[in-house]
Amino acid sequence: MSTATAGRVGWALTDSWTMTRRELARWARQPVQVAVGLVFPVMLLLMFNYLVGGGSGVDGDNTEFLVPGMLALTMAFGLEGTMLAVTQDLNKGVIDRFRSMPMVPGAVLAGRNAADMLQSVAALAVMTGVGYALGWRWHNGTAAALAALGLLLLLRFAMLWAGIQLAMVAGRPEMVQAVQILVWPVGFLSNVFASPESMPGWLGAVVEWNPMSATATAVRGLFGNPGGSTCTWAAEHAELLAVLWPVALTAVFLPLAVRRFAHLSR
Amino acid sequence: MDTVSDAIVVEGVHKRYGDKRALDGLDLTVRGGTVHGVLGPNGAGKTTAVRVLTTLLRHDEGRAEVAGFDVRSEAAEVRRRIGLLGQHAALDEELGGRQNLEMFGRLHHLGARRAGLRAGELLERFGLTDTGRKAVARYSGGMRRRLDLAASLITDPEVLFLDEPTTGLDPRGRAEVWSSVRSLASGGTTILLTTQYLEEADQLADRISVVDGGRVIAQGTADELKAMVGGDRVDVVVRDAGRLGEAAALLGEGVTVDVDRRLLGAPAPDRMRTLTRTVRALEEAGIEAEDIAVRRPTLDEVFLALTGQAGGPRTSPETKVAA
Repeated sequence: MSTATAGRVGWALTDSWTMTRRELARWARQPVQVAVGLVFPVMLLLMFNYLVGGGSGVDGDNTEFLVPGMLALTMAFGLEGTMLAVTQDLNKGVIDRFRSMPMVPGAVLAGRNAADMLQSVAALAVMTGVGYALGWRWHNGTAAALAALGLLLLLRFAMLWAGIQLAMVAGRPEMVQAVQILVWPVGFLSNVFASPESMPGWLGAVVEWNPMSATATAVRGLFGNPGGSTCTWAAEHAELLAVLWPVALTAVFLPLAVRRFAHLSR
Repeated sequence: MDTVSDAIVVEGVHKRYGDKRALDGLDLTVRGGTVHGVLGPNGAGKTTAVRVLTTLLRHDEGRAEVAGFDVRSEAAEVRRRIGLLGQHAALDEELGGRQNLEMFGRLHHLGARRAGLRAGELLERFGLTDTGRKAVARYSGGMRRRLDLAASLITDPEVLFLDEPTTGLDPRGRAEVWSSVRSLASGGTTILLTTQYLEEADQLADRISVVDGGRVIAQGTADELKAMVGGDRVDVVVRDAGRLGEAAALLGEGVTVDVDRRLLGAPAPDRMRTLTRTVRALEEAGIEAEDIAVRRPTLDEVFLALTGQAGGPRTSPETKVAA
């Protein structure tokens, strides 16, 4: 029994890796598109650093405040690409072949997630590199810095599963455009660009409890970068929230997405 | 003595979408190692039947087994034993042919090495070796179909489903698919083939099920189906179009007249005697015949007769009752 279960887990990993490789092979055929995906957040970082710089309402160096926030925001970017790819897959003939083969059904989605996680690692590498060039530094040692990057990827992992599930619900590529608009309020109603203290009370509260804010605050703490000086519960327990939020989102959306995929036959 | 087992068993399968009955009590039995044609017009339920049998769609009621396994409760076992060539290419268009086949091989759990070898074999067999690297999106229709067929043969399936495999292909592409089907059939693969082309079913299938309104309305070999609609017919091409009416009168009951082709058709219940009688009658009347022949009814005639008898194309149960 346990060997059967182990075998199934083994195939789940093998199949997911095969689907990840499929995505990487597609990217290898369109390097420009991949490069654009990496350059876009860099452009935003440069823009906010030089054009909008100084409006954050935070004491201390603006670049030091902005870079970790932009790293968090980058974790929300490109989600529409994931969603679009999922809906396109579902509407193409190839999905019938996948579904009529003895592969693990969730592997199509898991492979998508894994490939996009690899893209996110590349995006983080580029963004931290550019941040470093702008004068941003981490002050609490390598371990804390790596923990910060881990929290960022954890947020990405959760957001990808949420995006995959929303794409499965939307069903058609045209619907994704409607859903992707949601990415913007989630991204910008956060403390990425400004401290909640500088906002009206109700908005500040929304921003405080945004999962993106929790991650941004926790990452700022771990890097030793200046953050808002709010003394709310959410701000003080940012690291806990930065773990709990993504875990909770994943616990909801991952099973929903896999279940929905398995029930495409109805 | 070996009894040949049934590769596909379908009993009373229903599938509804709201009010629409896509499958309305479908029955089908396909013996192992044979080619079975499912013939019917658009919307008859052919594709729905294939999707149920390939585990892509769950039916509401009835029994459906492929290679001895239930398509609902033992879907994983079924998937190990089938190949599917759908109406639309089931390929990753952005990848190359070899990349596609290797990916499907891995997903069939062949392992990386065997998946690679198998991809090479199939590319060679289907004459695609030179195009292995080109993205499938840039393939011609015929090439895409061949690659699609190759992809459905990765594991030498016990049962192969071909859903309108030649729709949209040029004559050359169609001939290629036909010859592949024949060689697979001679290798012992059970094949279920849906088609709108009567000629295709006639050419390829050992047995044919005529489907309309989600159920089988006739079943048998091509010859049996033709016999079912009535006997042989005599065709006469009259040289002088002006004497068509006169000639038609000589042929007796049940004559069809095709003015453009100067063609008369009539039942020939006792073949040769009808033929001699017709020739003599025309000669006596001084009507010159360009061509005269006795033939079996075509599947087209069979098909029209059968679907006509069944009430023609139906959209809802109400019209069925009314008819």
